[in-house]
Amino acid sequence: MTYLAKPKLHHPELPRNKLGFTHRDYEGTVSTLCAGCGHDSISGAIIQAFFELDVPPHRVAKLSGIGCSSKTPTYFLGNSHGFNSVHGRMPSVVTGANLANRDLIYLGVSGDGDSASIGLGQFAHAMRRGVNMVYIVENNGVYGLTKGQFSATADKGSKSKRGTINNDEPIDMVMLALELGASFVARSFSGDKSQLVPLIKAAVLHQGAAFLDVISPCVAFNNHAGSTKSYDFVREHNEAVNRLDFMPQRSEITTDYAPGTVQDVVQHDGSVLRLRKIDEGYDASDKIAAMNLLQQRKAAGEIVTGLLYVNPEADDLHRLLNTVDVPLNSLSEKDLVPGAAALDKFNALLR
Amino acid sequence: MKISPITRVNDFVVKFANVNGSGSASANLLFAKSILRMGVPVAPRNIFPSNIQGLPTWFEVRVSEAGWRGRRGGVDLMVAMNPQTWDQDLKEIEPGGYLFYDSTKALPASKFREDVHVIGMPLTEICNREYTDARQRQLFKNIIYVGALSTLLEIEPEAIAELIGELYKGKEALLKPNVQAMHMGRTYAQNELDWPLGIKVRRTSAVGEKIFIEGNSAAALGCVYGGATVAAWYPITPSSSMAEAFARHCKRFRTDPASGKARYAIVQAEDELASIGVVIGAGWNGARAFTCTSGPGISLMQEFIGLAYFAEIPSVLFDVQRGSPSTGMPTRTQQADILSCAYASHGDTKHILIFPEDPKEAFEFAALSFDLADRLQTPIFVMMDLDIGMQDWLCEPLTWNDQRRLDRGKVMTFADLDAGKDFGRYLDVDGDGIPYRTYPGTHPNRGSYFTRGTTKDRYARYTEDGATYVDNMQRLLRKFETSKQYLPKPVGRAAAQPTRFGAIYFGSTGPAMEETLAALAAQGIHVDTLRLRAFPFHDEVADFVAEHEQVFVVEQNRDAQMRMLLANELAIDAGKLIPVLHYDGTPITARFIIREIGEKLALFNVTPLRKVAP
Repeated sequence: MTYLAKPKLHHPELPRNKLGFTHRDYEGTVSTLCAGCGHDSISGAIIQAFFELDVPPHRVAKLSGIGCSSKTPTYFLGNSHGFNSVHGRMPSVVTGANLANRDLIYLGVSGDGDSASIGLGQFAHAMRRGVNMVYIVENNGVYGLTKGQFSATADKGSKSKRGTINNDEPIDMVMLALELGASFVARSFSGDKSQLVPLIKAAVLHQGAAFLDVISPCVAFNNHAGSTKSYDFVREHNEAVNRLDFMPQRSEITTDYAPGTVQDVVQHDGSVLRLRKIDEGYDASDKIAAMNLLQQRKAAGEIVTGLLYVNPEADDLHRLLNTVDVPLNSLSEKDLVPGAAALDKFNALLR
Repeated sequence: MKISPITRVNDFVVKFANVNGSGSASANLLFAKSILRMGVPVAPRNIFPSNIQGLPTWFEVRVSEAGWRGRRGGVDLMVAMNPQTWDQDLKEIEPGGYLFYDSTKALPASKFREDVHVIGMPLTEICNREYTDARQRQLFKNIIYVGALSTLLEIEPEAIAELIGELYKGKEALLKPNVQAMHMGRTYAQNELDWPLGIKVRRTSAVGEKIFIEGNSAAALGCVYGGATVAAWYPITPSSSMAEAFARHCKRFRTDPASGKARYAIVQAEDELASIGVVIGAGWNGARAFTCTSGPGISLMQEFIGLAYFAEIPSVLFDVQRGSPSTGMPTRTQQADILSCAYASHGDTKHILIFPEDPKEAFEFAALSFDLADRLQTPIFVMMDLDIGMQDWLCEPLTWNDQRRLDRGKVMTFADLDAGKDFGRYLDVDGDGIPYRTYPGTHPNRGSYFTRGTTKDRYARYTEDGATYVDNMQRLLRKFETSKQYLPKPVGRAAAQPTRFGAIYFGSTGPAMEETLAALAAQGIHVDTLRLRAFPFHDEVADFVAEHEQVFVVEQNRDAQMRMLLANELAIDAGKLIPVLHYDGTPITARFIIREIGEKLALFNVTPLRKVAP
């Protein structure tokens, strides 16, 4: 496998965003994943989300672990610094990077093997610390790069391509994220870009730990009958609780909605998440109710998608540590080094 | 056999045998500090169990006007407050030494030694009479014996009272009763005991401007001065107190005066893997970051260390070494992580190690380590140990040059990139093996790159091409060679007379070695020495080995790890290197080294064969 640069030529009339960038400026190199891989759709959604958000690409840091999903940061945001770290340890690297410079946007991309198996601990602790990041798990239920072993999110009773049945209980990353204190929790499907793009945009602007579980079928090893992560199965069992209209700022509700069918959530930066309720009883700001409902639906065999929980008043790690407003990596000698006179005083205390 | 009592001024060892959790540690430290206040150097060592309450614990105070800071071995006055360890404690006393004990309960004569002078004081009885509260009885018992000892050893009560005053400043309710308890002990000793003893303290000015500090605190302060802003750690003895000291120092020195906000971030991580991950993430993003840990933590960090080596990410690791392998002796000291750090992680790796010998150097090397990490873009290991880290040492005052600037190494700025400078993350433009890097977010369309643990070319592009891989691995070796010019050089000392023999040592062996050399020289035995302060080894190290027929390598582990590293890296005949190994978990002593080197030299028929000290 080699590094494949995309041709730089593009149509002169490609639409540009407020910064003058085209869609192409948010792309990376050509994907080396299998044709039809759900992960490529997610990369496409990421590109679209950042383009539409008018984010300068170089102000994003994209980090990942190891695996098919963790390869994808090469395929989007080519002008961003990327970091393909070690298996299951992306969350700690993001935590450190975020502490060093609070001014960048941190996008962590991981898979179900990377985050639910080897990296479960790091996933858990990044969520409970409230690291200000977007954490996307591209969830296909198998280890693709090592050719199709079950991962920890594979459903009990689901069948592998070779015909073995998974005996272990699945780990539900969404339930875990809720339990652990993530302040933005969503689930989506790589095959539903209209649902996914607004969720990514909302997650990027969320100040705090934003978690997105994206079911992303593996065409090579987990797209057969008997799989619960195949395109067909997910389409049949996908139960969206809401549709998200993302708006950069508050605007009047102009469309006619029946009372109780729209929920507006204002985030820290003033952006508004307008949730069009599909499930009338669903309140995305009520964590306990959300957890109850998710459990019930799960028991009924449904894959619940949508913005499942958001706390717009969330705290992030920097606020909890009370760090200075400027990035720590920008501090200079005068901010950091107390100097000789202070040291003399300190010496005096040690006599 | 009656033996005349030891008589020495300002040169003796007092050892306290206590029960962990009984509050003895602070009383014993008070005792040590009161001697310092009289201008007499002390070298205290807290010998504690991996336990919070109930197990035996000891506190040794070496009083040495000559300023020897190593552990001496042997005890002149045993303060035996723990019946569990009575027999063992009694054995340690030198012939002619003293035993101070709680005589409330009579002990049979068989429990004593004839060649030891016994001082009994009914401490429990006194406390039971004076105090009703059980905890008070316990705590004041410690202060009462400190008071009694001050009479016996002629320690000035004013020095103790002054320290108690500082300790309980603003807490009058505690201050007074402590001073009273101290005087209670003094009065009893004056009236009921024979005093002073043959060993005593006499005021001098040998302490001078020296400071008394733990290595972990000094290293943490070095991190503040070195500009570290991110620390991630997982609690593990003996390094936890370094992270805690960093938090304290930061609060004092790094709180923004206007906003009250922190110019630092400390994360107590979920494990050592996360700790080093945070450090690597922060280092990648242009902050100075460190973790502090011990051997088991280093084991857990191996994979990440390889990433930092291969992807060339500045990072600093403090390894406060302890007894190992496995959980080993968590509260004892060793230098047994040399190889696991030097070659940490899978595949071909070599890492930079620096070896401070005491808290002062721990401060200096800690500050230096961040310059090294940024300059060399690789993990830097600061090799401490429990003896340096968790003991209070008398050191020269810490110093800082205000002209000094943080060396951020080779970083391409926005201006560089904008001017069109060619940026290849792994491109060696200067021939020193060190490439340029960029901080994330610097320039809208230049200078971004992908950091990875997989093989890449000079422009950070993924490749599995063999020649490209070799090119990169060779550059890493070039960089390793370059590092020497930035590392602390070894410290050599020539013996008074020309000699065929040399000794190499490092880290906390330093103080014991200094004492050894003085003692050997006094016996007419001459050995040149070289104190290693860094790996990779400077050329002086190979020269030193070449210049001597035999070289002792003194270290605190079983397998002679430094000797292996020397033989391997310098490609020299290991037969020339004679191991001197101390690894029972106690700090190495001059007595031990003198005996080992003396015996080995005798085999070469080089000494007048005068008996060396036992």
